[in-house]
Amino acid sequence: MKAGVVVFPGSNCDHDAWYAVSHNLKQEVKFIWHDSRSLGDVDAVILPGGFSYGDYLRCGAIAKFSPAMRAVAEFARGGGSVLGICNGFQVLTECGLLPGALVRNAGLRFVCRTVAVEVTNTASPFTHRARLGQILHLPIAHGEGCYVADEETLERLEAEDRIVLQYVDNPNGSLRNIAGILNESRNVMGMMPHPERVADPMMGGRDGLVILESLVSSFVSSL
Amino acid sequence: MNSQITPEVIAAHQLTPEEYQKILLLMGRTPTLTELGIFGVMWSEHCSYKSTRIHLKKLPAEGPHVLQGPGENAGIVDIGDGYAIAFKIESHNHPSFIEPFQGAATGVGGILRDIFTMGARPIAVMDSIRFGKLDAAATGARNRRILEGVVSGIAHYGNCFGVPTVGGECVFEESYDGNPLVNVFALGVFRHDQVFYGKASGVGNPVIYVGSKTGRDGIHGASMASAEFNEESKQKRPNVQVGDPFVEKLLLEACLEAMQTGAIVGIQDMGAAGLTSSTCEMGSRAGTGIEIDMQFVPQRETGMTPYEIMLSESQERMLLVAEQGREEEVFQAFAKWGLDAVTIGEVTADGMLRVKDNGAVVAEIPNRALADEAPRYNRPHTKPLRTAPLDGPEIRSADLGADLKRLLASGDLCSKRWIWEQYDYQVRTNTVTGPGAEAAVVRIKETGTSIAMSLDGNGRYCALDPRQGAKLIVAECCRNLSTVGALPIATTNNLNFGNPERPEIMAQIVESIEGLAEACRFFEVPITGGNVSLYNETLGSPIFPTPVVGVVGTRKTALPVGIPFQRPGLTVILLGGLGSPESREFGGTQYAKVIGDFLWGVPPRLDMEYEKRVQSTIRELVLENVVESAHDLSDGGLAVALAECCFGPAEVGAGIRLTSTMAPELLLFHEGPSRILVSTATPDLVFASAKKNSIEAIAIGATLNESLTIRNQNAILIHYPVRELKSTWSGALEHHLLHDPVLV
Repeated sequence: MKAGVVVFPGSNCDHDAWYAVSHNLKQEVKFIWHDSRSLGDVDAVILPGGFSYGDYLRCGAIAKFSPAMRAVAEFARGGGSVLGICNGFQVLTECGLLPGALVRNAGLRFVCRTVAVEVTNTASPFTHRARLGQILHLPIAHGEGCYVADEETLERLEAEDRIVLQYVDNPNGSLRNIAGILNESRNVMGMMPHPERVADPMMGGRDGLVILESLVSSFVSSL
Repeated sequence: MNSQITPEVIAAHQLTPEEYQKILLLMGRTPTLTELGIFGVMWSEHCSYKSTRIHLKKLPAEGPHVLQGPGENAGIVDIGDGYAIAFKIESHNHPSFIEPFQGAATGVGGILRDIFTMGARPIAVMDSIRFGKLDAAATGARNRRILEGVVSGIAHYGNCFGVPTVGGECVFEESYDGNPLVNVFALGVFRHDQVFYGKASGVGNPVIYVGSKTGRDGIHGASMASAEFNEESKQKRPNVQVGDPFVEKLLLEACLEAMQTGAIVGIQDMGAAGLTSSTCEMGSRAGTGIEIDMQFVPQRETGMTPYEIMLSESQERMLLVAEQGREEEVFQAFAKWGLDAVTIGEVTADGMLRVKDNGAVVAEIPNRALADEAPRYNRPHTKPLRTAPLDGPEIRSADLGADLKRLLASGDLCSKRWIWEQYDYQVRTNTVTGPGAEAAVVRIKETGTSIAMSLDGNGRYCALDPRQGAKLIVAECCRNLSTVGALPIATTNNLNFGNPERPEIMAQIVESIEGLAEACRFFEVPITGGNVSLYNETLGSPIFPTPVVGVVGTRKTALPVGIPFQRPGLTVILLGGLGSPESREFGGTQYAKVIGDFLWGVPPRLDMEYEKRVQSTIRELVLENVVESAHDLSDGGLAVALAECCFGPAEVGAGIRLTSTMAPELLLFHEGPSRILVSTATPDLVFASAKKNSIEAIAIGATLNESLTIRNQNAILIHYPVRELKSTWSGALEHHLLHDPVLV
């Protein structure tokens, strides 16, 4: 598999995602600069965590207008797999590739903590290697991770089985304990927890590999 | 123009009449106002270390690992495999009191620039923060808001920049009421061949300004009150600068990319004294001159005078010298990241700092006069200020268990999770051991080596005896590193004191420095740099003398051994023994503070030879995986350390049986150093290692499920379910803070 990690000015988990894919999963991965109009020959795109363009207006609000995001939207429309992590999830909702929005945590403070997350759907390229109901211990690190959407959207997400990850003990006030969701076609996923941070036993766990290996094994049968 | 220089103007620049005479001598003429401003800031205590320089020379600065000692933007030590680390600590005490959020945020920004201006990528930050007591009747609400502001300021800057905040300390003491301490430590990594220095070499090379535009913020933080300025003073911006961590992140990436081109000759950040210090220091180090013209300096406000531009402390700016003819390569790197980069002048041969405004010279001073000829004072020092009595009250506890709970709930000892969960301590996926541990451990992906770091201070010990206190702090940091298996290799320090013009305060400074020197020499952890913060006084009452020490060490990257007991059925061993404290040595303890609300006596004794052997023992035991947990005894003594060992996710407790004739209060809560608690399945191996190193090791009990029981000679001193102690400890800080209606 060849993955592309989009780098916005202010991305700061770009290298972590790159390292997890290249060193922990031993797959090919390249960086895609934010003003690239084309993604090149990649099988999957990762939008990393960080503070794209400083996130001073609204998280992800400026990133939405970058040339790279236009290319990502096109890639997604064509069925390409896109994983947005943390700030990447925020960017995906700003772009409309995923419904809803991520707002200030209910506690009003940035929270960095390892939390329990339940896998509530395994029929996706990002979770098919997990067991339904499996509990993953994944770190979160965000100030604006409270997922909100109108009632109709939430009902639809649930009815269409697009809520993939739910907090066991909600750390940020997200509606319906949402930690990660899919788009309609199930090729785009956004999640607030950081799977790339627990892809290595030295970092206190390997639960993040379930997500990343699911993505890779959609392309590489041997994994 | 020269008529502007009145005695009032001189005083307003915090220059003494004698210092002004020295300026006249160095200049051979009356300085212009701009020149006076430049002297004022370069000769300030903050930039010149004029009160401490002669004493700082006593600190050991050399050792086998040291590649760069004091005098540069940060110290550099070798970590093997062709890699090195740059690290340093800096204070932002005064700004953090005036504006806690921005004060702390720009403190983080400043020290990060010190690290990456040398070419190192920052990989860890730690903070040592001190406040007045949160429950003080008159000032508690203010102290709570300062804490809240400082923590969110650190979080705001570090999280956005993308550096993990991996550890630190937080202390509450009446003496920091109205004078909080915010000391920020940062550490970066690079290869030996990637090191850059702040030198303006090569006559004719362009001097290039990069980063944020210059504004009027932070001009001359010290003072500004001459007649000429009163008219303008209505428009003066607050003296605290505003930080932009996003721009800093861009500046980091752009600088590291520009450095890779090979076109950069020297580079330095614009920190305190902004454009002034970066120009004259870079020139002075290279023995060159620098000529710049204000008209080329990017400005975000109109009508700025050369005085304002030279003294602005706008954040996120750098000055660099490039190889002549290769400017384009540098400009391209900065353009990619959307940052300003413009040539504002060039390196000259005459050793002068020449400032022009549209071609007209407005300041012309020898660089050396500014950077190296600053006054040095051997200020009078008598006996260190001391208000505490030698003897204290008789210690008799009504309920030892209740005392333990009160200690665990106290500000200094309770869990600081509420603080460090606001910091991203994992970004860059290198944090092997993060906040709340004995020492932070961050791996270097490229080499298989990990860096351990510990930051510590103890104002109470130093108030009792600054020399002994300083030695104990160094010993504690080295012990913390050893407890995670790391060999301590180098030190940075932040000296926080009151007014050095008071001989009894100057004595605290001198004694502390000499104590640091002795201990750092003994433990072979040379001091490669640091910071001095003086005049920490409010209404004539000084802070406790507070040297803060950061020690770094190395170990092979491996799964960590942590503080908590891992499982029941293991033997609990106390390395170093129970100690034999005198009652005077109990007066600086947390027990005396929290239960007795009193400070007296002397700090604990320290046998440095013995301490070193304890450290060698624990390093061996950890690296060979003989122990499953390790925790050193410090604040709160044996009982607090034992309780902390029970606070892991598994909540494993312990049954402890002691046989001592010591008074139970001393036995449980004295803070004698050189002691470490371990749990092990192979006690014989622990005893063998202790014997080999000639240190005491006592089996004091075993780990078990759910409760902590401490007996002495068959009397039960402490008996609690672990869960009860843990909930007291973990919820205390939030409980203290929630008393503030403003924060609810």
